[in-house]
Amino acid sequence: MTIETKEMMLRTEPFVLNFGPVHPSTHGVYRMRATLDGEVVLDIEPVFGYLHRGIEKLAEQRTFTGFIPLTDRLDYVSSMSNNLAYVMAVEKLAGIKVPERAEYIRVIMAELQRIANHLIANGSFLNDCGAYFTPFLYMFREREKIIDLFEMVSGQRLTYNYMRVGGVSQDIPDEFLPALAKFVKQMPGKVDEYDRLLKQNEILLARAKGVGIISKEQAVNCGISGPILRASGVKWDWRRADPYSIYDRFEFDIPTASDGDCYDRFRVRMEEMRQSLRIVEQAMKQIPAGPVRAEVPHIVRPPAGEAYVHIEAPKGELGFYLVSDDSIAAYRCHVRPTSLINLTALREMVRGWKIADLIIIFGSIDICLGEVDR
Amino acid sequence: MAIVDLVINTQHPLQAVPPDWPGGFWWHWLFFTVVLIVFVLVMVMAVIYIERRGMGRMQSRLGPNRTGPFGIFQPVADAVKVLLKENIVPTNADKLVHWLAPVVAFAPALLIFAVVPFQNGALLADLDIGILYVVAISSVSTLGIFMAGWGSSNKYSLLGAMRNVAAIVSYEIPLVLAVVGVVLIAGSLSMNQIVLAQGIPFILLQPLGFLIFFIAGCAEINRSPFDLMEADSELVAGFHTEYSGMKFAMFYLVEYAEAVAISAIITTLFLGGWRGPVLPPWLWFIVKVVIVFFVMVWTRTTLPRIRIDQLMAFAWKCLFPLAVINLLITALQVLTLSQDLIWVMIPVNIAIMAVLVLLWSKFFKLGWGRVEV
Repeated sequence: MTIETKEMMLRTEPFVLNFGPVHPSTHGVYRMRATLDGEVVLDIEPVFGYLHRGIEKLAEQRTFTGFIPLTDRLDYVSSMSNNLAYVMAVEKLAGIKVPERAEYIRVIMAELQRIANHLIANGSFLNDCGAYFTPFLYMFREREKIIDLFEMVSGQRLTYNYMRVGGVSQDIPDEFLPALAKFVKQMPGKVDEYDRLLKQNEILLARAKGVGIISKEQAVNCGISGPILRASGVKWDWRRADPYSIYDRFEFDIPTASDGDCYDRFRVRMEEMRQSLRIVEQAMKQIPAGPVRAEVPHIVRPPAGEAYVHIEAPKGELGFYLVSDDSIAAYRCHVRPTSLINLTALREMVRGWKIADLIIIFGSIDICLGEVDR
Repeated sequence: MAIVDLVINTQHPLQAVPPDWPGGFWWHWLFFTVVLIVFVLVMVMAVIYIERRGMGRMQSRLGPNRTGPFGIFQPVADAVKVLLKENIVPTNADKLVHWLAPVVAFAPALLIFAVVPFQNGALLADLDIGILYVVAISSVSTLGIFMAGWGSSNKYSLLGAMRNVAAIVSYEIPLVLAVVGVVLIAGSLSMNQIVLAQGIPFILLQPLGFLIFFIAGCAEINRSPFDLMEADSELVAGFHTEYSGMKFAMFYLVEYAEAVAISAIITTLFLGGWRGPVLPPWLWFIVKVVIVFFVMVWTRTTLPRIRIDQLMAFAWKCLFPLAVINLLITALQVLTLSQDLIWVMIPVNIAIMAVLVLLWSKFFKLGWGRVEV
């Protein structure tokens, strides 16, 4: 006599859990409907658009200069990089040459922004792991210093609006370079401190190592860029692959890892902070005197045409596509958002892992909702 | 505490019987009930203050410092704030269960203190089975937490409650096995007798037992890194997501009352309870409780949270075998060694602990836990 084992087993049903848009770990107003079998994530379905402000459409009603403040609101934790990508696109469209000093200032700002962004990314990643705010606040302590530097040059602490078509809005003040030198001297020690505290943390290793793996091929196929791509073992960085601005003058390495798990993403970001500090240090020494802005009229009127510019923003490839019809506003503006495209692989990464892993994998992608929804 | 001193001093110091209050049983009962409730509430306020300020310092910020000198009235301000909030009950909630849950969770946290000696003989009831009573009572609060999760009709709450039940059922076993080691050495289940037996604090004789008890204790009361039941980054607030107002305050109280309770039990079992030089015994007891609690705050600010399957694996594959080995070694030592050799056992036991913990950590593998779907 055989017993029907299927009937003996307890029948369970998957259920749908709604994460967000208001949830402590969705980094803004991201929403995903997760189908769960107990604790195991069977499937997720992202729901976008809670922070949609129509920024791309707004570009068509504003002058080219007037759109710069709106780029701050894309990826609002790395506004400088957004500024940079946008003004570079306009410059390419209008064929404007940027003065030497302005290029150096831009590189310094972009690299400081990268450090600030990675501090937030790693801090909030660890917060998602459940380290109750300690790493988060430690890293904010350092980010604070970077923000102080930005405040010195732009007067703003989050939405800097510092870059202009043809340069930057104003020259750096006299006290900036000494303050920057002090920061560059202190920061490597702080990064080492984080490494000592976190690199071999047993629980962090258990939580992040081998979790949320995305393979090289998958990452490339999904169009993923930035630290996530490099953590999967692809040595790809626009600063080296297509050196824009003056990146060909600096010595730096592209940190990569091989496994493509959450821990590797965390490590790659840590390393990138060190490399960014190297770039800032070199730029600080080489920075020449001179004007910080080319002779550009306040209302730029680029000739009809189109231009696409990509830069290596902290989160990955950030692109601006502009079409001009010989007027003072863009005919069409499109942003290639880093966060949105990096998010496309989330489903592949999280399937089969637990709810807790869903949160840390999502955290390790490091998205910014301002950029996902635009 | 002068009255307590009066009561205590009328007895022989090593005679472990409840103080003979003039008027008998009911006076004794009334007096200690009031003392215990006051003690628990004051201690909860104190540890909330210690936790918030301590965490502030550890996280390179100041912590609350606006209410009163050094912010010492912050717990009062918190309590007043929470009490004035509207009490919201979800429409689909099981009203009775939702209402009853905080009470069911709070009662055991208070009941545990009935057998905790504040100084020699100063306890509500010196039960012969004191520690057994603690183990039994402390499991009841699980019921309250599960009721909260079930009654809220919220998926986050339910997940948190499920995790809680799973964790407590698992961690109860190493917890009890660690206690048995202490009981073997002390030769009694009575909390007061266990303290009296600690010429040397049992943390030295039972280092592995202490470690297991501390970890399992943290898991029992949802302290980090085992705070999966209310994992704020995953489950919003776990089982008390749907609670507000007074009922939330009760859960808040339970959380810290349980932390004080487990600190008090650790103090009693492993740190020599009220024993200590110079200071009065009850003050020693409170100092030790605060120190144990401080270690919990420290781990909370230091460590990330572990995952639910890792939590279970840790209980069954790591703590459980270690607790059994610890029990075996302790039993052998108690059986074979005389009391004179007890000092020799301190380095031996610490060495055994170090070897076992290092050995077990080698078995630990990374990157598992994915399910094919």
